[in-house]
Amino acid sequence: MTLQQISIFMENKPGMLCEITKFIASKNVNMRALAVADTEKFGIVRIIVDDPTLVNEMLTKEGYATTLTKVLAIEIPDEPGKFSAILEKLAKADINIEYSYAFTSKESKAVTILRVDDVDKAESIIK
Amino acid sequence: MKYFQQDIECASREKIEAIQNEKIVKQVKHAYDNIPYYRSLMDQKGVKPEDIKGIKDIYKLPFLSKYDLREQYPDGLLAVDKKDVVRIHSTSGTTGKRVIAYYTENDLDLWADCTARAIVAAGGSKEDVVQIAYGYGLFTGGMGLHDGARKVGCMTLPMSSGNTERQIQFMHDLKSTILCCTPSYAAYLGEALKESGLTTKDINLKAGIFGAEPWTESMRKDIEKSLGIKAYDIFGLTELSGPGVSYECEEQAGMHINEDHFYAEIINPETGEVLGDGEKGELVLTSLDKEAFPLIRYRTRDICILNKEKCKCGRSFIRMAKPMGRSDDMLIIRGVNVFPSQIETVLLEQGYTPNYLIEIDRVNNTDTFDIYVELTSEQFSDTIKDVSLKEKELSNALKTMLGINPKTHLVAPKTIARSEGKAVRVNDKRKLID
Repeated sequence: MTLQQISIFMENKPGMLCEITKFIASKNVNMRALAVADTEKFGIVRIIVDDPTLVNEMLTKEGYATTLTKVLAIEIPDEPGKFSAILEKLAKADINIEYSYAFTSKESKAVTILRVDDVDKAESIIK
Repeated sequence: MKYFQQDIECASREKIEAIQNEKIVKQVKHAYDNIPYYRSLMDQKGVKPEDIKGIKDIYKLPFLSKYDLREQYPDGLLAVDKKDVVRIHSTSGTTGKRVIAYYTENDLDLWADCTARAIVAAGGSKEDVVQIAYGYGLFTGGMGLHDGARKVGCMTLPMSSGNTERQIQFMHDLKSTILCCTPSYAAYLGEALKESGLTTKDINLKAGIFGAEPWTESMRKDIEKSLGIKAYDIFGLTELSGPGVSYECEEQAGMHINEDHFYAEIINPETGEVLGDGEKGELVLTSLDKEAFPLIRYRTRDICILNKEKCKCGRSFIRMAKPMGRSDDMLIIRGVNVFPSQIETVLLEQGYTPNYLIEIDRVNNTDTFDIYVELTSEQFSDTIKDVSLKEKELSNALKTMLGINPKTHLVAPKTIARSEGKAVRVNDKRKLID
């Protein structure tokens, strides 16, 4: 399946991530997943929440630079070779993966987020 | 040799005034007859060339400003046929902000006299080896000093700026005695000398002629010490040839204005009223004998004081103090003229908001130049690659526009302080005045 992920621009200085997460908590929003990517100058925080459109709106109102991105969310059985089998399918279809991170769902299942260059094609391949 | 042209540099005030009286009449007539734009400005003011009988009548004439130069880009103020032009120089910046200055053979000759006077005033003669580390090309510094050094008969090293290792090597191997460059580069060369393991005893430098950017007395002392020289200031602007409008003598007490070629006034920048002797105000310069690009009552925007006291060096040319600031928002960063509006133009072109902050500092005698720009959600994208690319594109666009490379920083929206009324866009932390 696909999910809408919120990406937030973050300056590379102390307290930025804390500020963002505090704000999200103050709105009583529970984060399903969070991943941080950084360079020496800036970072991008990516989060998965239940109502991305609403949370995104709250964030922009607060003055954050954000964007919504459609990402693949794949439940992967906890067995050897399962993840690489999926990656192989994508590679064969010439789909490029930008980044990936994982979290545990409410049902204690491992969910992997994949940001790919062609999300719809990727979804149909994995099905 | 103490003076390059003693008869004029040390002439009586009466003689200097007589020269100015004669030249201003011709210069105004030349501009009126050959520059339609200038003619219309004079007509609007109701003043005719015949009304200018001497330098005392100059107040009757209209001012020219950067605005006029912008309006008349590229050649609306050219007063001779293009076939008589032999060279151009230009300031940095894009169309509109860029100033193109034109020179006839005679203009170049007189300009070379001006810089030759500066070189001789700094102790230069035929015996000297002059290392020119100003940029060559459109910038006036390199070729301006080059022509003067050649006129004095110095062995001239056309190094241009940069390639510091080679500068030190030539300085050492060819025994340069006079260095010409921007003061910040001189300071840098002083450090580089030390780093190369050499001391001032290993080189033959005795003097430096430094200009094109503001510098302080403490910076002068640093440079003098690190290079083992006496450091001389030189002033000029592309609009009026380039360096050599005024120059310092061994007294280091203000720059002598080449009054046989330029007439200086100080005005109140708000009202345009001419101020009295010794009053602080905006420097207005008039070329007295330019053929290709005469500029009459040009508002330099430099805040300055003139000193008419006779100098101990024997020169009778009046002296101007180091400019103490600007009456507009122009910044001089690493010798390059930068207007905040240029930065604004780039930001808007690239789709950013005009919320930015320029931060300038001087670290180890070199200017640092940082621009903070707010990133909006529209500009933001999800991958590091895309955001980095955006930042790079912005950097390149700014570099192309400004002619120097600022360090750009993308910051979160609404993090740059908004102020009531006039926005504070510039934080200049440099101490440019002692």
